[in-house]
Amino acid sequence: MTQAVSSAIIQAPAPGVETRHMFVNMGPSHPAMHGIVQLIVQLDGEIVVKADAEIGYLHRCFEKESERGQYNAVIPYTDRLNYVSPLINNFGFCLAVERLLDIEVTERCQYIRVIMSELSRLTDHLTCVGASAMEVGAFTVFLYMMKAREWLYEVIESVVGARLTISYGRVGGVKADLPKEFSDRTLKVLEDVRKVLLECDALLTRNRIFLDRMQGTGIITGERALNFGITGPFLRGSGVALDVRKAEPYFVYDRIQFDVPTGRHGDNYDRYLVRMEEMEQSMRIVEQALDQIPGGSLNIDYEGNVIPASVMVDEAKMGRVAGFKSPQVHVKPDPTLWGSTRGFHERINAPEKRAVLPPKEDTYGNIEGLMHHFKLIMIGHGIKPPQGEYYSAVEGANGELGFYVVSDGSDRPFRVRVRPPCFAIMSALSELLVGDTLADIVPTFGSVNMIGGELDR
Amino acid sequence: MPDSPLELIQERFSDALLSSVSYRAQDTAVIRRERLLDVARSLKEEASIAFDVLMDLSCVDYLRFGKSKTSAPTLATPSPLPYFMKPKPSTETWKRGVSNDEYRFDVVYHLYSTVHGHRLRLRVPVAMASLEVPSLTGLWAGANWFEREAWDLFGIVFKGHPDLRRILLYEEFKGHPLRKDYPINKRQPLIGPLN
Repeated sequence: MTQAVSSAIIQAPAPGVETRHMFVNMGPSHPAMHGIVQLIVQLDGEIVVKADAEIGYLHRCFEKESERGQYNAVIPYTDRLNYVSPLINNFGFCLAVERLLDIEVTERCQYIRVIMSELSRLTDHLTCVGASAMEVGAFTVFLYMMKAREWLYEVIESVVGARLTISYGRVGGVKADLPKEFSDRTLKVLEDVRKVLLECDALLTRNRIFLDRMQGTGIITGERALNFGITGPFLRGSGVALDVRKAEPYFVYDRIQFDVPTGRHGDNYDRYLVRMEEMEQSMRIVEQALDQIPGGSLNIDYEGNVIPASVMVDEAKMGRVAGFKSPQVHVKPDPTLWGSTRGFHERINAPEKRAVLPPKEDTYGNIEGLMHHFKLIMIGHGIKPPQGEYYSAVEGANGELGFYVVSDGSDRPFRVRVRPPCFAIMSALSELLVGDTLADIVPTFGSVNMIGGELDR
Repeated sequence: MPDSPLELIQERFSDALLSSVSYRAQDTAVIRRERLLDVARSLKEEASIAFDVLMDLSCVDYLRFGKSKTSAPTLATPSPLPYFMKPKPSTETWKRGVSNDEYRFDVVYHLYSTVHGHRLRLRVPVAMASLEVPSLTGLWAGANWFEREAWDLFGIVFKGHPDLRRILLYEEFKGHPLRKDYPINKRQPLIGPLN
């Protein structure tokens, strides 16, 4: 509801009549709240005059727990930060540790990370738009979007083996290579998702009820949003074209063409439009990345290289004898390790013994591999970045997702700090809600896309 | 006109700058907390720097830094690289800039400029004897919740903060859990005993 209408609703009380503000508690558990969060709202009639958000109900000591284990042991925790787009969290953390170690992952792995990040962004935006549309009454859209999300989850599942708690990133690489016919499957799913988005667009974008609820509510100017540290689609809805993928390209985003959509009014409707357009851009990125991703022979290092005798002996100890004689050791890895066995392993992991586990055939097949495995897994060994600090910024689905990692030279991170994008947005919420009606809290809160996992950590 | 944010601090606030580090292509300035407000205000308002976003505010407890008990010693000279690995460029070294014994905490600010696209990390060392740091809520509204979080988890007091309450934990919680001397398995009355 616009400011003009809302001020018309507030009428001065008749003389001699005492009015009081009314307090309404929304949450901690409320059907219109995404996750567990409490809003304490002070109302004058139907108009919000003051709002306070109480968070922390999902605090699970992420940062403290991260200091306990080794570097790769943080990755399962990062799945549970933003659990709607967990892959981006994985890669953000891996990026920070890789920079601390000063290593670069392989090109194929960077493309895989881009593809998986964008699929994650799609699922996140589908959830956000679908859920907030449901809360303003468009239940059909929710079901359609969940259907599309399910297809994307199936694609993700075919790569990582899980739907939600994926733990796919590794320092120096990823868990496994893409499966066979991944490209065709994904392209077909994207076609279907496009159709769903067209349907949802037809149901929502020019829908009178939806427009009335979304337009002119939850307004924030770009300048104010920046002052609050807001990033991502929420900021872009206010007309600031800030996107980490463009501003400071990481992985291979600089080789891919995509647009950064922006809104003009900074209201819920513009944020909805920005998210819808970003899904299209994400699909564009996935298609280009699938087109550009390098394949090549598995053991590219063996081709055309004259191998010195000392290196040959060393390589043979590792069981890497494909280039010069038939393998002596036959290890049959478990089918769940598909895509991470020898051959695939070299394509997707950085050639860096300090950080990357050997393929399982080496671990079980020869002493060098077993020692290498031991040196990374046992307590007191593991990945040991030199003393230092690094802040990695990746574009999460909600905005800039930062991982600030401090290493003291030991095998466990000294400090892992997450900069959760929705934390900044939630801190601005009390300002966003004031002046709107009680009913407007629902779409505004929906567009914040609060994810309890990353907000409370 | 200073070009880079570090230059500006070096030129104008040489008395406030304890040390500066460039590590892995990221610039860090270690600032005296007495001058933090002045430095932050110039960084925000100077047109050629224009840090309009406070991206992140966090804290690090340097108690027992580098003295982790479980670490096995590493070889001083690394083993030779296989032929397919490129040799590493000259390794940079990182120093905290102040003594870990004198200053236990660092309050860490990550600034970002949407105009110029550059970043800067400010670190403000804080000694255990006095945990007060000036609040930046007057410059960046986003500092409000971040500072509440640093108070909640580290016990850093932000002077001038309008509403310094706990944010992630509950009011009755005793202690500040992200400090290194807070045991990870410690239980509190409201959580109840283990089992």
